[in-house]
Amino acid sequence: MLDLSYDAPTPKTIAGAKDDWELVIGMEVHAQVSSNAKLFSGASTKFGAEPNSHVAFVDSAMPGMLPVINEFCIEQAVRTGLGLKAEINLKSAFDRKNYFYPDLPQGYQISQLYHPIVGEGEVLVEMGDGTARNVRVERIHLEQDAGKSIHDMDPNMSFVDLNRTGVALMEIVSRPDIRGPEEAAAYLGKLRQILRYLGTCDGNMQNGSMRADVNVSVCRPGQYEKYQATQDFGHLGTRCEIKNMNSMRFIQMAIDVEARRQIAILEDGGEIVQETRLYDADKNETRSMRSKEEAHDYRYFPDPDLLPLEIEQGWVDDIGATLPELPDAKKARFINDFKLSDYDASVLTAEVENANYFEAVAKGRDGKMSANWVINELFGRLKKDEKTITDSPVNPTQLGGIIELISSDAISGKIAKDLFEIVYTEGGDPAEIVEARGMKQVTDTGAIEAAVDQIIADNPAQVEKAKQNPKLAGWFVGQVMKATGGKANPKAVNELVAKKLAD
Amino acid sequence: MSIDKDTAARVAKLARIRVEEDALPALAEEFNAILGFIEELNEVDVDGVEPMTSVTPMRLKRRVDEITDGDQQDKVLKNAPDAREGFFAVPKVVE
Amino acid sequence: MSDLNKLTLADARDKMRAGEVTSVELTEACLSEIEGASALGAFVHNTPEIALEQAKAADVRIQAGNAPDMCGIPLGIKDLFCTKGVASQAASAILEGFKPEYESTVTQNLWDAGSVMLGKLNMDEFAMGSSNETSTYGNAVNPWRRTGDDTALTPGGSSGGSASAVAADLCLAATGTDTGGSIRQPAAFTGITGIKPTYGRVSRWGVVAFASSLDQAGPMTKTVRDSAIMLETMCSHDAKDSTSVDFAVPNFEAALTGDIRGKKIGIPKEYHMDGMPAEIEKLWADGTAMLKDAGAEIVDISLPHTKYALPAYYVIAPAEASSNLARYDGVRYGHRASLGKGDGITEMYEKTRAEGFGPEVQRRVMIGTYVLSAGFYDAYYNRARRVRTLIKKDFEDVFAAGVDAILTPATPSSAFGLGEMKDADPVKMYLNDVFTVTVNLAGLPGITVPTGLDAQGLPLGLQLIGRPWEEGDLLNSAYVLEQAAGFASKPAKWW
Repeated sequence: MLDLSYDAPTPKTIAGAKDDWELVIGMEVHAQVSSNAKLFSGASTKFGAEPNSHVAFVDSAMPGMLPVINEFCIEQAVRTGLGLKAEINLKSAFDRKNYFYPDLPQGYQISQLYHPIVGEGEVLVEMGDGTARNVRVERIHLEQDAGKSIHDMDPNMSFVDLNRTGVALMEIVSRPDIRGPEEAAAYLGKLRQILRYLGTCDGNMQNGSMRADVNVSVCRPGQYEKYQATQDFGHLGTRCEIKNMNSMRFIQMAIDVEARRQIAILEDGGEIVQETRLYDADKNETRSMRSKEEAHDYRYFPDPDLLPLEIEQGWVDDIGATLPELPDAKKARFINDFKLSDYDASVLTAEVENANYFEAVAKGRDGKMSANWVINELFGRLKKDEKTITDSPVNPTQLGGIIELISSDAISGKIAKDLFEIVYTEGGDPAEIVEARGMKQVTDTGAIEAAVDQIIADNPAQVEKAKQNPKLAGWFVGQVMKATGGKANPKAVNELVAKKLAD
Repeated sequence: MSIDKDTAARVAKLARIRVEEDALPALAEEFNAILGFIEELNEVDVDGVEPMTSVTPMRLKRRVDEITDGDQQDKVLKNAPDAREGFFAVPKVVE
Repeated sequence: MSDLNKLTLADARDKMRAGEVTSVELTEACLSEIEGASALGAFVHNTPEIALEQAKAADVRIQAGNAPDMCGIPLGIKDLFCTKGVASQAASAILEGFKPEYESTVTQNLWDAGSVMLGKLNMDEFAMGSSNETSTYGNAVNPWRRTGDDTALTPGGSSGGSASAVAADLCLAATGTDTGGSIRQPAAFTGITGIKPTYGRVSRWGVVAFASSLDQAGPMTKTVRDSAIMLETMCSHDAKDSTSVDFAVPNFEAALTGDIRGKKIGIPKEYHMDGMPAEIEKLWADGTAMLKDAGAEIVDISLPHTKYALPAYYVIAPAEASSNLARYDGVRYGHRASLGKGDGITEMYEKTRAEGFGPEVQRRVMIGTYVLSAGFYDAYYNRARRVRTLIKKDFEDVFAAGVDAILTPATPSSAFGLGEMKDADPVKMYLNDVFTVTVNLAGLPGITVPTGLDAQGLPLGLQLIGRPWEEGDLLNSAYVLEQAAGFASKPAKWW
């Protein structure tokens, strides 16, 4: 596999009233496992159903109900671990995290505190400017999602829907290796990309398939390097955890405003209290959830309804053998094989569907031209219609056909754009359309010469001017193109016009 | 280890069981009697002994990823003290 | 035929097959007996309509031939089992009005075999207790009385209603559950037989959980043979219970050969407790002699960590219970406290649980909460789990040395008076489980058999502990003990 190498980005610095401060960020990302059924029950995971309709008695914690684990969810966690180059723990275990909340029917969440299924891994986070941060993943564990409480349907009551209850989540915990709001968003974006490549999470942040808790602290320049050298958190500032963020934009705003809050306290001689905070996007501020915190003592202990989870290395290897090519490898290959720029390769590999589409187009054709057409024409057109690649009216064979017509000089670039629009709106085989509608480029120099001669003969005054000022030759080219309905080969027209005017 | 009134109150709170203020001293005393008994465990040398994870060790059972349950809103809500419009209703939760 | 309710399960089976009685007749006999036995407080929800319907269906099956052993047998079901459409409250006010929309695997197995449900049986609230005095339904009462004394006695607990009902012939047999001795102690207190199988043998699905790593259901019957028959039907591998084992269920009745020659029976020295009544010592010595006479080899053994079983149990069981009982919160089923003005969700939880749980349940939930709380987990819970490993190893060592079964007393005394322990500190009540609790901690099968009466005329039992998965062998040893002891006493009917 090819490796791309990057320099590390410069940490974000915030200038306080007195000093410069650096940010240190760690994230806990909750990613919903893509599966049909829940982690411990046979109820559906589908989003958007009638309230309490995707609920087994296990999920509503009826007396005497017992959990039985969904094997595919284990497989998905292993696949995710392998995708993040992490160690897979052949022995893990489930613990109960005990707390009371109406959308937590059991009164505990089944999670993996003491022995997670996935250990240390890493994520390369490119910042788009030739730099990239290597963020270490501490662990990934499987756990149950909670239900949903709705507070605005009744003035005095909250309403509880258990459809989400028990859906499998992977909690992906990073080390505090993220050094600014942009890096945090990029890290989440990269995780999302990898998970989507792996097919282990749909990455839909709007529906809550991915949410993040963000730990933020600030320190003076130089402190972080001491932490990295020793792994001693004592060199870092006290952190606060911003809970439950599901927007890239708000994550960045929340980190920035939280860092500034902490800096103001520290510069005032105060101390940061380690606590959980909530970001209020309307006011762009974070506020303490301390009242909630105090009551929490989760009393984790191994779930006696479940035995330790032991998996076999052979099974892990089988999963590893079916792992798809991941974004970093694909991007490196696109740069190497298709001679694409780093930027184009990034754009094309952002979503696996895009990458697959591009590869289908570029196969046996010019890579760079294919990339240009996919990125500029196709993506531009789809964006205009708010469509994604999966509902593109133009398939790779059709777009490839257009590119072939350009490469063989059968049509001009300009005509190609018209042709693309026809294929996009009406469908059909590009070569046939070109033939049927007479869009073929005129490369017959005799025909072009006749057109040039005609224009020159019709416009003697212009000819005189052009002879004085050769830059005016462009006017003749334009007239010829117009006269030929755009089908004349522009290169041939240019040459002929220049030659005739020089005569 | 001795449990005082405040600890008893904290435990009751954590267990979400209302205990009236005047019942706390007696409760604390009961806890102390039970914990005193439990503390006999401190006599045992448990160095190097693994905590028991399952009394009947075996491979953890798995289910296949198929939808086999759900679509029973009526049954799920049937025993609820307060159900409205397909939801469980509870006193307002203030976040 | 009169007194059909007094038949053993095996006799009833044989008579039904022979066409001498029908299930409907048996069922009616039991129903009428239950009617007149409200003073025992054993049955708390009667289901005569269901019973008669099941009995009729059973008779059809029996007539058609090839009906399973349990077909047509009228049973009482401990209130801890969830039974579809029938009140299932675990004897707790917090499950007031709860009627599950599902059937526990164990009861389903019994109904599939054609058994008949007479109703639900009293018990200690959430199976927490040793005297059936913590029930929201009130006490279950032992049909036995001290000679010349009207004092109402406990049937033991937590399966007190089951024990009382079987001993008083209100049903042919009953289901029980056993977390620390809840089948074996009440069986001993009422002169009947009860077996707790190996952990994982019987599905826990649909049985209200007390302490998940210790709970096992089992039969409570009039004879060892009855236990063998009923246990076989209760057992099954259940894909819905991750702790249920995928082992074939043997024919336990066939194991009752009466031959234990050459079997090694261990007598653990640690079970000779300080201050143990001489009667119990004698009972134990007599039982030992009976097994020896039957050809078994008696060996003295040591289970060195026995002393720590009760304290370990009283960490592990409450810890698991504190979490298992968190679901009783007034949101989805059962009792919800009526709230005052300004009461929010926290008040709803606290009031609901204070009103719904009785004092012993509250106490155990809070102890469990405490031992799991921040800073104490290692000192209490993890230490108790380590001690549990040692207790299990004690047994593994003696089994490895060739011991087939272990004989111990079942209880430190005979049945005590209801209310007698009221003012005692809770620990004193916990001592009732001193001989039985080790078996749960080690996940082993254990059975109690009545072998004699004490000076007050009350039944006493002995316990046999078997190797894991060797219930057949264990039942056979118990059968030999039962035959040798020839315990035939019945309580005089006063109710």
